[in-house]
Amino acid sequence: MDSNEEADLLLSGIQHFQFCKRQWALIHVEQQWEENVRTVEGQHIHKKADQPFIKEKRKNKLIVRALPVQSDELGATGICDVVEFIEDKDGVPIQNSKESYVPVPVEYKRGKPKKDNSDILQLTAQAMCLEEMLLCEVSVGYIFYNELKHRVEIPITHLNKVKVRQMFREMHSYFDDRHTPKVKTGPHCKSCSLQNVCLPELMKKQSVSKYIERKINE
Amino acid sequence: MKKLLNSLFVTSPDVYLSLNGENIVVKKEKERIGRVPLHNLEAVYTFGYSGASPSLMGACAEKDISLVFLTKNGRFLARVIGESKGNVVLRKTQYRISDDEQLSATIARNFIIGKIYNNKWILERATRDYSLRIDVSLFKETSKRLSETIQEVGSVRDLDLLRGYEGQAAIMYNKVFDQMILQQKEDFFFKGRNRRPPLDNVNAMLSFAYTLLANDVATALEGVGLDAYVGFLHRDRPGRASLALDVMEELRGVYADRFVISLINKKVVNNNDFVAKENGAVIMTDQSRKKFLKAWQDKKQEKIKHPYLGEKISWGLVPHVQSMLLARHLRGDLDEYPPFLWK
Ligand code: SF4
Repeated sequence: MDSNEEADLLLSGIQHFQFCKRQWALIHVEQQWEENVRTVEGQHIHKKADQPFIKEKRKNKLIVRALPVQSDELGATGICDVVEFIEDKDGVPIQNSKESYVPVPVEYKRGKPKKDNSDILQLTAQAMCLEEMLLCEVSVGYIFYNELKHRVEIPITHLNKVKVRQMFREMHSYFDDRHTPKVKTGPHCKSCSLQNVCLPELMKKQSVSKYIERKINE
Repeated sequence: MKKLLNSLFVTSPDVYLSLNGENIVVKKEKERIGRVPLHNLEAVYTFGYSGASPSLMGACAEKDISLVFLTKNGRFLARVIGESKGNVVLRKTQYRISDDEQLSATIARNFIIGKIYNNKWILERATRDYSLRIDVSLFKETSKRLSETIQEVGSVRDLDLLRGYEGQAAIMYNKVFDQMILQQKEDFFFKGRNRRPPLDNVNAMLSFAYTLLANDVATALEGVGLDAYVGFLHRDRPGRASLALDVMEELRGVYADRFVISLINKKVVNNNDFVAKENGAVIMTDQSRKKFLKAWQDKKQEKIKHPYLGEKISWGLVPHVQSMLLARHLRGDLDEYPPFLWK
């Protein structure tokens, strides 16, 4: 995988990719968004960075917010909302600390659990980044759903890691070719904010050469 | 589909535009004469030399409102463009194709097909609607020859050849154009196209309509992330919005020419609306320009069915839709650029 930073994709793209591959490409390849995603994420980091790097210590936990993470293997970067470092003698040592810890990513979501597993895959990708950065194993993470007002435990499974790897491989190949795939349109298009640039109707249309031919022979 | 918003036409030449909160404020000699909220504007056209404040320009650029400066007589001066969208990839594709004459020709061909097709149907409509007033056999004959030209253009892969066919078709169409003027014949006639300056009433109006249309198209192209200045049929020339001229080809007749003819035939304009200068140049009076712009704005609201998308849209959105379709073709979503084929 290309470790050159410019080729890194955003972890948050998993959401878009899962929703619709074309939507992901419109946002991440074509950057057809009122605000380019990177700047949005940039502001996000900034807001947090303005506060002193928040690091709380609670009993056996160290809580770090807005932690930038990255994976060479996936060719991806992103930000973990919260990473809890739990004291554990089987864990890994981290900077400025005597104990060893295992990291546990916690992702905050506005709504409730989605039908697709994009939240879970995003968390898995974060876990993979943490594993790679800290040389450790992350076996569990949490998603806090605001509507449920509680966190759901998510095991980080081998199967999901395979899915994440596949997904990023596919995203990279689109990105490298700067290709926006055509996809099957459907009811989800109605709730898509990019309808106007996507023109989902186009995907059902006849070829242009047939259109011209038909018109000029009418 | 995108919504068509209003355009603001500022026709007095001696006013200054500035920003106040979320509004454009129009001032004449320091006195405030108008105030328009920005949020439902799509374009602002100013005729004259006074200008606008940088803060207003910034606000327009940010909100994707096109701010265009024209001379009092409607000649294009400048247009404010904001930061372009992050579409480097799209632009690079555009430049690459533009550098390659053969690739350019395959796109340019469809602009020309669109143009000739639409002009053919303008003639066909005229024979249907005014069969007693026009030389039907001449129109039918011209229409048939235009059809033949379209067929020939279909297999052309060379820019110069394309221009040749386009020129030929233009001559045929221009020859019968005058017959579609059915009212006020003594004051409105078309003997051929002249501009810089226009030498008769019809040419004065055509020039004005083409300027407006060219701006609409250029704005629409920039809006989808294309570079309006790099064309396929029209080659680069400093200061020329070549791609806008390309896309405009297929719209000239069906959008601008028909509009001008209808103003004459419906007697919206008359000979008093024009002034001939000493050098023979004919210009529109302030009053007639206002009528013209009002009608132009109304025309934009009229609905049509887009021939390729099959969706109902307003005329005013046609430049935007064609720009989007062109961008989608350059991106590889569409096998060819679908011209706007009107009937
Ligand atoms: S409109 Fe439909 S096909 Fe297009 S990006 Fe959105 S969800 Fe995907």
